[in-house]
This record gives sequence, structure tokens and C-alpha cells, in this order.
Amino acid sequence: MLDAAKTPPALELRNITKTYTVKQGLIGKRRPLTAVRDVSLKLEKGEVLGLVGESGCGKSTLAKILLGLEPPTSGEVLVDGQALGVQDRLALARRIQPIFQDPYSSLNPRKSIADIVSLPLRIHGIGDAASQQKAVRDMLDVVGLPPRVMNTFPSQMSGGQRQRVAIARALIMKPEIVICDEPTSALDVSVQSQILNLLGDLRAEFGLTYLFISHNLAVVEHLATRVAVMYLGRIVEDVSSDDLFDASAHPYTQALLQSVLTPEPGLGVPDTQLGMAYPNPIDPPSGCGFHPRCRHATNLCSAQAPRPVPHRDGHVECHLHDPETAMFGTD
Amino acid sequence: MANTTVDPLLEEIIGPTPGQLLRKRVFGHQGLMIGAVVLVLITLVALFAPQLAPHDPYAQSLVARMKPPVFLGGTWEHPLGTDHLGRDYLSRLIYGARVSLMIGAIAAAISGVIGTAMGVAAGYFGGRVDAVVTFLINVRLAMPVVLVALAVVAILGGSLTVVIMVLGFLLWDRFAVVMRASTRQVREREYVAAARAIGASTPRLLLTEIMPNILNNLIVVVTLEMAHAILLEAALSFLGLGVQPPTPSWGLMVSEGKNMMLFEPWLVLIPGAVLFVMVLAINLMGDGLRDVTAPENRN
Repeated sequence: MLDAAKTPPALELRNITKTYTVKQGLIGKRRPLTAVRDVSLKLEKGEVLGLVGESGCGKSTLAKILLGLEPPTSGEVLVDGQALGVQDRLALARRIQPIFQDPYSSLNPRKSIADIVSLPLRIHGIGDAASQQKAVRDMLDVVGLPPRVMNTFPSQMSGGQRQRVAIARALIMKPEIVICDEPTSALDVSVQSQILNLLGDLRAEFGLTYLFISHNLAVVEHLATRVAVMYLGRIVEDVSSDDLFDASAHPYTQALLQSVLTPEPGLGVPDTQLGMAYPNPIDPPSGCGFHPRCRHATNLCSAQAPRPVPHRDGHVECHLHDPETAMFGTD
Repeated sequence: MANTTVDPLLEEIIGPTPGQLLRKRVFGHQGLMIGAVVLVLITLVALFAPQLAPHDPYAQSLVARMKPPVFLGGTWEHPLGTDHLGRDYLSRLIYGARVSLMIGAIAAAISGVIGTAMGVAAGYFGGRVDAVVTFLINVRLAMPVVLVALAVVAILGGSLTVVIMVLGFLLWDRFAVVMRASTRQVREREYVAAARAIGASTPRLLLTEIMPNILNNLIVVVTLEMAHAILLEAALSFLGLGVQPPTPSWGLMVSEGKNMMLFEPWLVLIPGAVLFVMVLAINLMGDGLRDVTAPENRN
């Protein structure tokens, strides 16, 4: 009852499922691939939610759904308490903007930087040419690019500069939510931290809410206030950032944390004990999707999918932490 | 408010505009310049044919048949000699440029519009549209151009209009194949997704995000098909199915000269050489345009 009085979350996902149909070979039969399975998630205003997981776990599919680029198979997305489907595409674009992974692919090579950054203003018909030009110059200044880049083309810029352009394009409409889909993974390590610091500064300056998708836990630790861990289309753990790094609950999260390389040379490559490869999403394991790789797996894990259980200020999906089933769990 | 003058200092900081850079690239490309100069010359000659031609290209003179050109001992009265009906060869070549250019340009334009529309639609929308277009491309590829042209000419009779239409409606296959493949490649780029997330409409996406990025492929196909159409017209005219005599056409001139080829080879060599130079110029220009418009070559 109290929740209703609070301001609605900036972004809320309710039971989102996305299924693709995959055809195998020329005469193979069509099989469903569930990229995102019944995901519910809340993103409060001003929060930075880190979404982590291995390649193929459904992170980018989730981003596409949020941007309205792909319709979910079922479930709904709420922006400020309003369903995404009923909102006008242009109105949605003013609130949610993306920053993509690869700045070499996310900027149209035929357009000058001024054209790229002013595109949102032109599509939404904001201001005349002169004021758009001025807005572009101001925005480039905010992301740390000199005005002289306005007439250059993306091919003349470095990866870090391109990503700054992509950030300028995303922020020129003053959106509320920015979806960053691995914004630093295509960049040099030295440039990564500059871009991350820039994103952090801009968040404070414009009061932005970020959904930060990454497979790099160190990057997420740097920026995120909350972390959601995704595995095989499910969010297996959703806690505040501090809790995740101090006291992670799910065995998969623990393995991910162990996989972060330490700066000490003598320690070698950490053993995550994950063993076998990521399962085929077309043919997911029975019960808990993680059980073939889990060192705590029991018979129950392969038989029954775990339900979300409250954990700290979030939730976790694991039989080990479910008071009703934990008694069956043995190491 | 209305102050639009740019501070010279600011201009210096901003550097050369995209237009200035493009001009520099265009004039710095040798192949493009050679091709463009030759093609512009041929176009000017075709446009001012009445002023440039020393004689009436249709005027026959049976006393002055098969005069050799100047470089084979002829006179300046007929610099490139006369044909088997005593018509001035240079005048016929000049008027023939009109036919070749017109056929090349119009046929390439018609097939370009048809093929690009089909290819871009197939590549962008995929699914059923793609299946239909792919089927049409296969149907078209299964038809031999010369045979179809032969049948159409047999029914409608040969004329310049018929040749242009037949070529225009037959040569779109390469446009469709290339545009479909390029569009499929470009539509997966993240800048297309970014523009969609910004709220761009589908026509806008196609026109401002996809088209500019497949334009350099289109230019190459346009030049190839222009050259192709010109050569096909020559071939059809040579077979007697294209432009009908006495209209001057380079292909027809080769055809009319072939009986005398052993004794007066220049009757065939001169129009053949002109045809060769024109096709070469078009191809050089196409290659050059692709080079200067490719984003990779901006620096």
C-alpha cells in the first residue's frame, strides 16, 4: 500500500519473456529459443543498475526490448509507471537513449559528427539550424570534444572519441534513462576508465538513470549501485552493489567474482570451477539452468527450477537460499 | 538572431568543411579525372552534334564511297573517310554518340530505379518481401537478354525507344542482387538501431542511414550497367535488332562495315575504338567515384 504512494520506478520490467524461432539447417525443424525468460526488474530514478552475465545470456536482447527495437513475446515494460506499448515511439525516445557497444559501428560513417549528434534534434524538430548547431557544440564540450570535430567524420576519430560522440548523441535530448550496452568493451583499457569516469560525471550532472550492461565485473563495481546477474535468460541474483561484492549468494555470482583476474602475478588464472561450457539456450538444462555447472548441485536442482527468494535488499534464485528447499541441499 | 556569418577565427579552428575535403579528393583522383573528362567531352560532342559535324550524317554520295581517313591517305574533306554509301564517317560517329549515351543513361536509370527499389526492400524488410524479390531475380536471370530482346523486336519492330525499354526492363538484376546484399549488411549496423531508438521513421532510416552507405556500391553498378547497355545496344544493332538504319549508331556502323572489313578495316576499327574508349571512361569514372566516396578513404 505504501509502495503506491511512492514515485513509480523509472523503469520496470514485468515478466518479460522473449522467444525467437530458430531454424536449424535447410530441412531442420523450427525450435523456440527463449533468450529472456520471465524477467522482472525495477530501476529506480538515479540508480545505476549493472546487468552482468556471460555472452549469450540475454543481456543485449533485454536492452533491445527496453529501447523498443524488439517487442517482447510476453510481459510488459513500464516507463514512469506507463506501459511501453501505449507510449508514442518519439515520446519514448526522449526518455530512453542507448549507448552501444561498438563505437565503430554505432556512428554512420557517411555523416559528419555535427550531423550525427544533431540527428535526435532534427528528428524531433527541436529548434532551428542555428540553435541545433549551438546545442551540438555545447554537448560536444560536455563530453570533452573540441568544436573542430564537428566537421570531421567518424573514420577520422579514435575509438574513445567515437564513444564520446555516441554519448553526446544519446544525451543531447536530455533523456532520463540511458541504456549502456557494454559501452567500454570495444575500447582500449586506458580509454575505458576515461569513458567510465565521463559516464559517472554526466550522471551526476544530468541526474541520469543508467542500465549498465557488461560482462566485466570490475567495470560494474566502479559504477553500479545495484547489480543484476543474468544466466540463461533469468536474473539469478539482484542485490545492491556493495552486497554483491561482499556477500554474494548465488553460486554463479560467486564463480563470476572468482573469475576476476587479480593484479598479483603469482596467483595465475583463477579457477572458477565452472568447468563445462555455457549451455545451449535452444536446449536448456532441466530444473535450475545453472545446475550442470554448479558445484552445490543436488538432485532437486535438476528436477525443479528455483523460485526467487528475498535476499538482503534484492532477491536470489537458488535452492540453497530458499528456506523451504535448502534442507535438501548438501554439499 | 539572424547573425549567420561565421567568425573567421572559428572557421580556422573548425577546419575544412566536408565539401572542401570532397573537392580535394575528387580532383586528386587521376582515374576519375581521366574518365570524367573523356565522358564530358563525349557528352558535349553529342549535345552539339549539329554544330560540330562537318557533314549531314544522312547525306549519301555514291561518287565518294569508302574514302579512306586522313591518316590512311585521305583528304580533310572527310577526316575519317566515308562509308559504303558515301556518308561522312566523322559526322556519323558524332551523331552516334547521342544514341549510345542516351541508351546507356536511360536504360541504366530505368533498371537502376527498379533494381534498387526491389533490392533495398528485400534487404531491409526480409521475410516474404525477400522471398518474392529473390524469386523475381532468379526468373530474370534465367532469361537470356538477347533472346528476349529478339522476341520483343520481332513483335514491336526495332526502334530506339524499344531498345531502351527492353534494356531498361531487363538489366535490373545486378542492381537488385547488389543492393539486397548491401542493405542486409548495413541494416545490422548499430547506427541503424541507434537511429531507430532515436525515433527515426522507416523512410528516414532508408534514405538517410541506409542509402548513403550503399551508394558507393550503387555507383559502381550504375557504371557497369551503363557500359553493359551501350555494348548490348551495339550487339543488337550489329544483329540488326537494335537501332534501325539509317540512324547513326556505333554498333550499326560496325555491322555495316563488317562486309568490307578485310579491305577497309578502319570501317570497323574506328567505331569499335570509340566504343571501347567510352566504356573505359565510364568504368574509370565508376571506380573513381567509389574510391572518393568510400568513408575509408577520407583521410
